[in-house]
Amino acid sequence: MAQTRRSLLVDPLVDNNPITLQVLGICSALAVTTSLKVSFVMALAVIFVISFSSMFISMLRHQIPSSIRIIVQMVIIASLVILVDQVLRAYAFEISQTLSVFVGLIITNCIVMGRAEAFAMKNPPVASFLDGMGNGLGYGLILMLVGFVRELFGAGSLFGIPVLPTVSNGGWYVPNGMMLLPPSAFFVIGLLIWAFRTWKPKQVEAREFRIQRVEAH
Amino acid sequence: MGLHRFFDRLEPHFTKGGRFERYFPIFEMVESLVYTPRTVTTAAPHARSYVDMKRIMSYVVVATIPAILFALYNTGLQTNLAIAQHGASGWRVWIIEALGIGFNPANPLANMVHGLLYFLPIYLTTLVVGGTWEVLFATIRRHEVNEGFLVTSMLYTLILPASTPLWQVALGISFGVVIGKEVFGGTGKNFLNPALVGRAFLYFAYPADMSGDTVWTPVDGFSGATALSVAASQGYEQLAAHGITWWDAFLGTMQGSLGETSALACLIGLAFLLLTKIANYRLVVGTMAGMIAFSALLNFIGSDTNPAFSMPWHWHLVTGGFAFGLAFMVTEPVSAAHTNVGRYIYGALIGVMVVMIRVINPAFPEGMMLAILFGNVFAPLIDYFVVQANIRRRARRA
Repeated sequence: MAQTRRSLLVDPLVDNNPITLQVLGICSALAVTTSLKVSFVMALAVIFVISFSSMFISMLRHQIPSSIRIIVQMVIIASLVILVDQVLRAYAFEISQTLSVFVGLIITNCIVMGRAEAFAMKNPPVASFLDGMGNGLGYGLILMLVGFVRELFGAGSLFGIPVLPTVSNGGWYVPNGMMLLPPSAFFVIGLLIWAFRTWKPKQVEAREFRIQRVEAH
Repeated sequence: MGLHRFFDRLEPHFTKGGRFERYFPIFEMVESLVYTPRTVTTAAPHARSYVDMKRIMSYVVVATIPAILFALYNTGLQTNLAIAQHGASGWRVWIIEALGIGFNPANPLANMVHGLLYFLPIYLTTLVVGGTWEVLFATIRRHEVNEGFLVTSMLYTLILPASTPLWQVALGISFGVVIGKEVFGGTGKNFLNPALVGRAFLYFAYPADMSGDTVWTPVDGFSGATALSVAASQGYEQLAAHGITWWDAFLGTMQGSLGETSALACLIGLAFLLLTKIANYRLVVGTMAGMIAFSALLNFIGSDTNPAFSMPWHWHLVTGGFAFGLAFMVTEPVSAAHTNVGRYIYGALIGVMVVMIRVINPAFPEGMMLAILFGNVFAPLIDYFVVQANIRRRARRA
C-alpha cells in the first residue's frame, strides 16, 4: 500500500468515486436527493458511519475470525447507524422523518461494507479511517450535486431558500415535477457519469465487443 | 443539373482537408436529403433493394400526412368552436383577421388555417431545437445526420396538446433526442422511441400542461374532457351525452393531442405502411389481439365501482392515442422486437398494457404512451427468449 494519506482522502472524490465509477450506493442516492438539506444530512451520516466503522474494523482486524467477519462488520456498522439514527431523532426530527428508512438502510449501503471488506480488513486504523472518510466524501459530493440539480429545478430553491421564483408564488419559474420523482436522480447521475468520463477518459471501460466492418468484394 | 454541380463544387470544402471539414455532417445532411445517400450497403450477405433507410423514413413521413391534415382541421375546429363561446385573443387572431378568413367552425378552410397557426410553431420549434442537437452530436461524433429525425419530430409534434408552451416543446424534444437516442449512439441504436421519451418527460415534468381538461383546446377558460377521461370517470355510455358518438371518435372531431384524435387518419397511414411493408403486420396483429382479448376479459369480469371496465374494444380503438401509437410507434422497427414470434408477443404485451393502464390504473386515463415505452424496454428480452427457445428446439431435433 504505497498510497499516501492525501491520496486516500482525495482519490475517491473524482478518480475513484464510489457512485460514478463503482456505481455503488445508488439506492439511497435516488431516494434522499430531492432537497439539498436532506442530501447534506444524509452525506454527513454516511461519512460518519464509513469513517468510524472502517477505523474500528481495522483495529479489530487481527481478532476477527475470517469465517464470521461479515457478521462482526455488520454489528459494528449497525451500532454506528443506530447511534446516528438516535442523534438525528433527538436533534433533527423533521429531517429524520424525511430520511425515514434510509438512515437504517445505511447498514446495507454497499459502500460501507465494501470499504470494510476491501480496505479496512487489510490496513491500519488511521489509513482505514481516511479511506472511509474519502469514500464518504465522494458519496456526499455526488449526493450534493444531485440534490442541487433536483431541488433547483424541481422546487426552484436551494436549502429551502427560493432561488427561482415559482409561478405559484407569483414568479416566472414553472417547477419541473419530474425532478421530484426518483427516476430523475437516475438521469442526473447518468449525466454526471457521462460528464466525469468525458473529463477523465481513463474511467471509460474497455468495449466488450466491436462491430466488425465487413469488406466489400 | 445545376444543383448537382453546386453540391459538387461545395464538396471539396467539406471533405478531408477542406476548410469546413468539421461541418461535413451538415453538408452530408443537405446533400442526402436531395440526392441518394453516399453510403449504400455494398458488402455481403445483404440482399439489396432500393428501400434504404432514407426511403423508409420518408415513407413514414408520407404516412403521417393524413394525420397531419386532420390535426390541422380538428385543432382549428375545436378552437373555433371554443372561441364562439369564450372569445379570442393573441397574435393568431391578428393574423387571421389580416387574412380575412374568420373563425367560422363550419368553414373547413378557416379551421385548417387556424389549426396551422397552432401546429407550425410547435413543429418549427421541434425541428430547430431537436435538429440542433442532432447536428451537434453528428459533428462531434462524426456520424451522419439521419432522416430519422424528420420522423421523430413529426411524431413528437402530433402527440402534443395544442396549448403546449413552446419552451416545454423545446425541453421535451431535447430530452427525447439526447437521452432517448444520442446517448445510446444515435439512430438505429435507440431502444426507446425518442418521440415518446420526449412526450413522457413532459408528461411527468409538467403534468398540469400535459393532462386534464383544459389543455387540449388552446382557448382561455375553455374546458373539455377527452373521450377517455369521460369514459374513465363516467363510463363510455355517457360519451353520447357529451356529444361524442363512435363515428365522431373514429373520424376524430373531439378533444385530444394534435394528431391522435382521428383513428381513420391513423389507420390510413397504417395501411400505407403495411402495403409498403415498412410496418410489420405481426406487430399490428399482436397489439390488436392483446387489446381485444384483454378488454373483452375486463368486460366479462365487470365492476360496480369502475365504469371503465365495461368499455368495449371498438371504443378503445378509437379513443386516446391507441390508433396513432399502433400505426406509427408500435410498428417502429428499431425499438420493436426483431424476431417474428417476438413481434406477436411484443404487440400483445402492448395491447394488454394499454387496456390495463387505461382501465385499472386510476392515475392515468391514457396508457398508450406508457404501454409502448414498457414494450420497448421488454423487446430485447422477448427476442432473447425467442432465440433461446429456437436454439433449444433445434438442439432437441439433432
